[in-house]
Amino acid sequence: MSEKSLEISGLAYAYPDGNQALYGVNLSINQGERVALLGPNGAGKTTLVLHLNGIIPTMQGQVRVAGELVDSKNAESIKSVRHKVGIVFQDPDDQLFMPTVGQDVAFGPYNAGLRGIELDKAVKEALELVGMSEFIDRPPHHLSFGQRRRVAVATVLAMKPEILVMDEPSSNLDPAARRELAEIITSLDVTLLMVTHDLPFAHELCQRAVILSAGVVAADDEISRVLSDKQLLTAHRLELPKGFSL
Amino acid sequence: MAALLFILVAVATPITNIAAYIAYFSLIWLALLTAKIPPVTVIKRSLIEIPFVAFALLMPFFGQGERVDFLGLSLYQEGIIAGAGIIAKATLGVLSAILLSATTTAREILRGLEILRLPSMLVQIATFMLRYLNVVTDEMERMRVARASRGFDAKGIRHWRVLANSAGALFIRSYERGERVHLAMLSRGYSGELPKEEREEVLPQQIALGLALPLLALTSLLISILI
Repeated sequence: MSEKSLEISGLAYAYPDGNQALYGVNLSINQGERVALLGPNGAGKTTLVLHLNGIIPTMQGQVRVAGELVDSKNAESIKSVRHKVGIVFQDPDDQLFMPTVGQDVAFGPYNAGLRGIELDKAVKEALELVGMSEFIDRPPHHLSFGQRRRVAVATVLAMKPEILVMDEPSSNLDPAARRELAEIITSLDVTLLMVTHDLPFAHELCQRAVILSAGVVAADDEISRVLSDKQLLTAHRLELPKGFSL
Repeated sequence: MAALLFILVAVATPITNIAAYIAYFSLIWLALLTAKIPPVTVIKRSLIEIPFVAFALLMPFFGQGERVDFLGLSLYQEGIIAGAGIIAKATLGVLSAILLSATTTAREILRGLEILRLPSMLVQIATFMLRYLNVVTDEMERMRVARASRGFDAKGIRHWRVLANSAGALFIRSYERGERVHLAMLSRGYSGELPKEEREEVLPQQIALGLALPLLALTSLLISILI
């Protein structure tokens, strides 16, 4: 029996303006699994993601990361959860805020308490994993978009997260950068939850797919089964690209 | 820091002390020359001073007291002195700022400020400004292209409304980006402090070198007063 990296049960959430985004989400992810989180715009995917490390406080239901409850009232718990859940945001310019690539990658592990040689080592390893080692002293705005995305992944990998969460990792990438990113993701030995509209990309990288629609989990199955169910996809505003078949 | 001191000494000198000013100018030029900064760069960057010069040129026309006739214009003596003071002091200030910015990268300036114990919050703000200046100007440029693509050409006062709207939109976008950046920081365990870089020891020679310029300026001031 493998351990659960992530367990969500009965998670519901309404925004302060009364707009309800999640209506009782149940989801559990085993260690080492790579799961695609699919769903139309406005389905609550981002809201769900922000629950995973307590950025949005849990209103109803539970989120557990590696068995530990995400308790937004407990600063200690939040701190430890944020080092276990690594979120890669959609726009790398939001993620990369330090003057140089190296400093940015160091940000997470520094907050986790690493200093000196250990910190340098964590930074180097993470940059190696995404093939960006030679850019360590460059400012982020001198990099291409694909390179910035890769550095953004490194910033999170440097924290050695229990689960890696990526929000639209393939968006705005040119085909080569998209393929390179796919290769990097496959080479990582980490539990992955990937939010995406790019179904072929999801199919390439994930074994399992979860469709979140109107705030509930509408499907949760092996990815090829989910993607070959045309009716299911259409019902949730999802489509495979024309000419693409599994 | 040395630049600031130099400016302070310069500003504190009364404009009537012409000898001291000549000494200041030769000092700063000497420094610019030793730093091997191309004169074209210096001149180009000095253009920022123009508004002040224009203001200073107006000064002799307004004021009170003694008048002097010059080229058929009747000018106020006090105004001339004040205007000349502004020009000379501003030029010195600008030149030393150029010296600083051409020899020191923005990152080093920030680190210097940190070593000089500027409150960390201010250093952080400056760090972010440095990082996002490009992002925001890019966004501004994209908005301009988008406006121009739909046939907008800012010509006169009637178009200010559109420009003001764009500025507002830019402000809101930047604000929202700020929130997203903050989320990203929180997600990686931010707790109010940016990582400090390992401190390089500041050598006494470096400090002495840095103080050389303001000290020389001070000496020349004293000498010119004594003479």
